[in-house]
Amino acid sequence: MKGWKYILVLLLALLPVSLRAQEAEEGELDVQEYIFGHIGDAYEWHITTVNGHPVSIPLPVILYSRQSGWHCFSSKHLEEGSHEGFYLSTSEKYSGKIVERDASGAEIRPIDLSVTKNVLSLMINSLVLVLLVLLTARWYKKHDAVEEAPKGFAGLMEMMVTMVEDDIIKECVGKDYKRYSPYLLTAFFFIFVNNLMGIVPFFPGGANITGNIAVTFVLAMCTFLAVNLFGNKHYWKDIFWPEVPTWLKVPLPLMPLIEIIGMFTKPFSLMIRLFANILAGHIMILGVIAVIFLTAKLGIGLNAGLSVIAILFGVFLDILELLVAFLQAYVFTMLSAVFIGLSRQHPETEKQ
Amino acid sequence: MSLVTPDFGLLVWMTLIFGIVFFVLAKWGFPVITGMVDKRSDRINESIAKAREAEKALSQLSERQAQLIEQTRREQAQILKEAAEARDSMIAAAKEQARDEASKLIQQARTQIAAEKESALRDIRSEVANLSVDVAEKVLRENLSTEEAQLRLIEKMVGEVTGTTKAN
Repeated sequence: MKGWKYILVLLLALLPVSLRAQEAEEGELDVQEYIFGHIGDAYEWHITTVNGHPVSIPLPVILYSRQSGWHCFSSKHLEEGSHEGFYLSTSEKYSGKIVERDASGAEIRPIDLSVTKNVLSLMINSLVLVLLVLLTARWYKKHDAVEEAPKGFAGLMEMMVTMVEDDIIKECVGKDYKRYSPYLLTAFFFIFVNNLMGIVPFFPGGANITGNIAVTFVLAMCTFLAVNLFGNKHYWKDIFWPEVPTWLKVPLPLMPLIEIIGMFTKPFSLMIRLFANILAGHIMILGVIAVIFLTAKLGIGLNAGLSVIAILFGVFLDILELLVAFLQAYVFTMLSAVFIGLSRQHPETEKQ
Repeated sequence: MSLVTPDFGLLVWMTLIFGIVFFVLAKWGFPVITGMVDKRSDRINESIAKAREAEKALSQLSERQAQLIEQTRREQAQILKEAAEARDSMIAAAKEQARDEASKLIQQARTQIAAEKESALRDIRSEVANLSVDVAEKVLRENLSTEEAQLRLIEKMVGEVTGTTKAN
């Protein structure tokens, strides 16, 4: 065991030497492009670069232009420059996005429904999630679950489902939790699977899904709808006529205003929390790994030493991200459940 | 900056994909699992309640059993006691009867012996009378064979008679 550790450290120390040789051919590493390339979205899925040739999966580009209607083509045409009048913008405003030129020659964005790296990753992760849950559900159909408890994978899934159901949903939502349990469970597992897949450093993982604001926006929106569409009269009374001194309500509706703002800040905080946590995790790991490449020109000794440290830190951060992946899924679900629970309070029954 | 502005295409895709995932999982995924888990936990609770009931019944049963044993033991003691009493009384009665019987027998024997004695005495007495008559006859025949003897007897007898008359 001890010997094995030394061999690992030695190998890690040798790694930058080979990387350095490759780096020397390719020239300077642009850290900003490297990090933002990983955490951002892209029209193709870049997997690796072998001998200077990028290996990537071309993805379908689907566009609706107000000038020329629907367009659908492979993203590999974009590498060649302009295709059917569309090209990747280099301007400040639409950097990296597909744009076209209108009659006056200005850059405009068409309606862009391309299956980008994030969309494909979302599809893969969703498929994984659906398979995981449906396979577990299939176990229950095939077995007499009343008589026996599942073992192995189904048992793990059952443990997690019951944990979320008992610890979060039943506790926070209250008596009609059954109505919300499918949504909250879906949200939990959706976030958890996407977080975990984001940590996997190579295809089909590695995309920054839950660290993308569009994704967290949709999730937070679902919670917002779940809270406000099914809120009971006490919830609305607390917003428009809260139990505070009357001068806070009339003539200037100060408290209702604050409450209404609160309606939106709650899901907003959900959106930002998940987004920022996952994004920060990705950036930290990428930054630590970038140290290896940045120190390549500082000499082999320093590079090797810093590489070992960087990799140890990378391992630490990866493990931390595993925790964060679970924690953020848990926190998102729990806060959603709390907000839903608050919208369904029955004050007079709770006083008893 | 594109990092914090949601991209329209991704928003549409995310809504669509999450909607589908939610629909599929909410219809065929989680309710199956949670339903089964609920059923199982109901079943377990039920089983525990049943077990508790059974335990209670069992303890009641053992209590009843103990009661029964106690009762039986008491009855046994009672029966034994009664039997001993009956035995004692029977023995006593038998003894009494035996005693009565014996005393009756003794009484009978006694009367019989008395009667026998009486008759024996009577026999002996008559025998003795005969004998004495015989003896007297013989004695008289012997003693009065001589004249002298006859005189002497007469004298004696006369003397006796006179003596008695004198005495009278």
